[in-house]
Amino acid sequence: MYVAVKGGERAIDNAHRLLAERRRGDRDVAELSVEQIQQQLPLAVDRVMTEGSLYDRELAALAIKQARGDTIEAVFLIRASRTTMPRFGSSKPINTSSMAVDRRISATYKDIPGGQILGPTFDYQHRLLDFGLAKPADRPVAEPAETPLDENLPRVLELLNNEGLIEQASEPADENTPPSDLTRDPLDFPADRALRLQNLARGDEGFLLAMGYSTQRGYARNHAFGGEIRIGSVAVEFEPEELGFPIEIGEIMVSECEMINQFTGSKKAPPQFTRGYGLAFGQSERKVMSMALVDRALRADELGEEKVAPAQDEEFVLSHSDNVKATGFVEHLKLPHYVDFQAELELVRRMRTEQGIDQEAAE
Amino acid sequence: MSITGTGGTFATGYDSGTGYNFAYLNEQTKRMIRRALMKAVAIPGYQVPFASREMPMPYGWGTGGVQVTASILKTNDVLKVIDQGADDTTNAVSIRQFFEKTAQVATTEKTTDATVIQTRHRIPEQELDENQILVYQVPIPEPLRFLEPRETETRKMHALEEYGLMHVKLYEDISRHGHIATTYAYPVLVEGRYVMDPSPTPKFDNPKMDDMGALQLFGAGREMRIYAVPPWTKVTSLDFDDHPFEIQKWDQACALCGAENAYLDEVILDDQGGRMFCCSDTDYCRARQENAQQEAAE
Repeated sequence: MYVAVKGGERAIDNAHRLLAERRRGDRDVAELSVEQIQQQLPLAVDRVMTEGSLYDRELAALAIKQARGDTIEAVFLIRASRTTMPRFGSSKPINTSSMAVDRRISATYKDIPGGQILGPTFDYQHRLLDFGLAKPADRPVAEPAETPLDENLPRVLELLNNEGLIEQASEPADENTPPSDLTRDPLDFPADRALRLQNLARGDEGFLLAMGYSTQRGYARNHAFGGEIRIGSVAVEFEPEELGFPIEIGEIMVSECEMINQFTGSKKAPPQFTRGYGLAFGQSERKVMSMALVDRALRADELGEEKVAPAQDEEFVLSHSDNVKATGFVEHLKLPHYVDFQAELELVRRMRTEQGIDQEAAE
Repeated sequence: MSITGTGGTFATGYDSGTGYNFAYLNEQTKRMIRRALMKAVAIPGYQVPFASREMPMPYGWGTGGVQVTASILKTNDVLKVIDQGADDTTNAVSIRQFFEKTAQVATTEKTTDATVIQTRHRIPEQELDENQILVYQVPIPEPLRFLEPRETETRKMHALEEYGLMHVKLYEDISRHGHIATTYAYPVLVEGRYVMDPSPTPKFDNPKMDDMGALQLFGAGREMRIYAVPPWTKVTSLDFDDHPFEIQKWDQACALCGAENAYLDEVILDDQGGRMFCCSDTDYCRARQENAQQEAAE
């Protein structure tokens, strides 16, 4: 009986001590450093930063260590820590067109100005376990290319836009009316696209992956092409009130995906391709691609499409994308519920007695 | 820095001793929550959206209640936290420790000594008075949610006082089972206007909400809603003339204190069907046992 007796407080303390011991593992094995996690598990760090909505590699790595490698638990730690931080203001919008690119590919053209830049990717590798990695060894170093990257890496969707073949990107937000902020105002429906994208950006990668996948399998199919995926570093600028001009306060790594989706046009609009957009911290390619598919699906109303599938349903998608909320509520089922359960038990017993079943048991 | 309120002070600012702002939340957040609370008290039973923050405990584990408590706690408050009626359940212990650490307020297990009581799933058996505030942890604040999953629809239904669907549901229960089959989170009508979810308390506790002396505040963190029932407000459990609202009854009295009108937990003693029933409100049970001992000694 884990609650009906006194001693809950001591049991909790002991459980935490055991957790700390298990986190450390075998003491004969060297303890993992936060620096090692940052350097050698960077994609886990990227995911925790993205879904935790906080760009801090060191804190994310610490959270991963504390969470024993449980990504959602690490995201939760970051979010809770974020609550305690004061907010100084908002940065200027980042400009991904002037990104220092690590990777930039397009699936819609064989070659593009500036070239296809593959970058650090698993994509073209056979997924064979590399037993050579099992033991520490000197690893090969990648040689820099002989010629630097082209300075000019135009956006693939801009090339289409120049021909009028794709819809215009949404108008940039008016500087005087900042976009609504999911972390400062409760989510309200209907949500505008900026708010939806905020929600998707911090949404669970697995959830968005499944939602995006469902659109490919016919639940609100929108014929997507990977227009351009670019990953690299961008400058973050902030304009302090007392200065009156923006200053660069740092650099962050982001992944961006612009999908090209089919749209047949209507009486109002000529035939044009449409867009879906995804952006996340770090190298989070699967996340931004999924996000772009879901973003496009959620534009059903705006594009006058019939809503037939879950991925088009704003309330469904936005209300269930947050893994910190989802995991909390699912896992709260392990909290004691014996008062409610007793209430149900009493009713079921009473109804069975009234129906003449369990008469003996009742007597 | 501190703001003087009636009968105590709201501490504000960072405390280098605990490493946190008083009661964890920063002052802007507390102000935002207090505004939502004021609105909630002004419109009894109405769900006020608020910008819930991520707390260091999981959503679904009392984050709404914790944010409400954090925003109303004053330095001289005495806090009691219960889950399933007991002070010693794991989550109650965790939340009590959280406020001991971040607000350094006095805590108690005695219902009569507490000025703020945060609860999950029960209302104390002991009658509460005007000097007390009862804070409920709420998982699903919308009483119509399982009849209509869309927030856009349920908000409209509340605005238009369109509660027919709820009555149909209760009626269908009666025609199918012979009873209203809702045993906890039993819907109530607040001051004749809003249908409200009392949180998953057993319907046994519903009558206590009616005309209660204490202020009742409800926090749903994950769902970002706050609502309230001010002191001395009419709270009616929905029912029909020919099927009046009834609360649970037990054939047994509490095996520990002999209480006959308390909500009882069933404790399984062995795998042979042996079981005992005892008060779910552990403080109530303890006080009754102590009184009985004293009387016996006199």
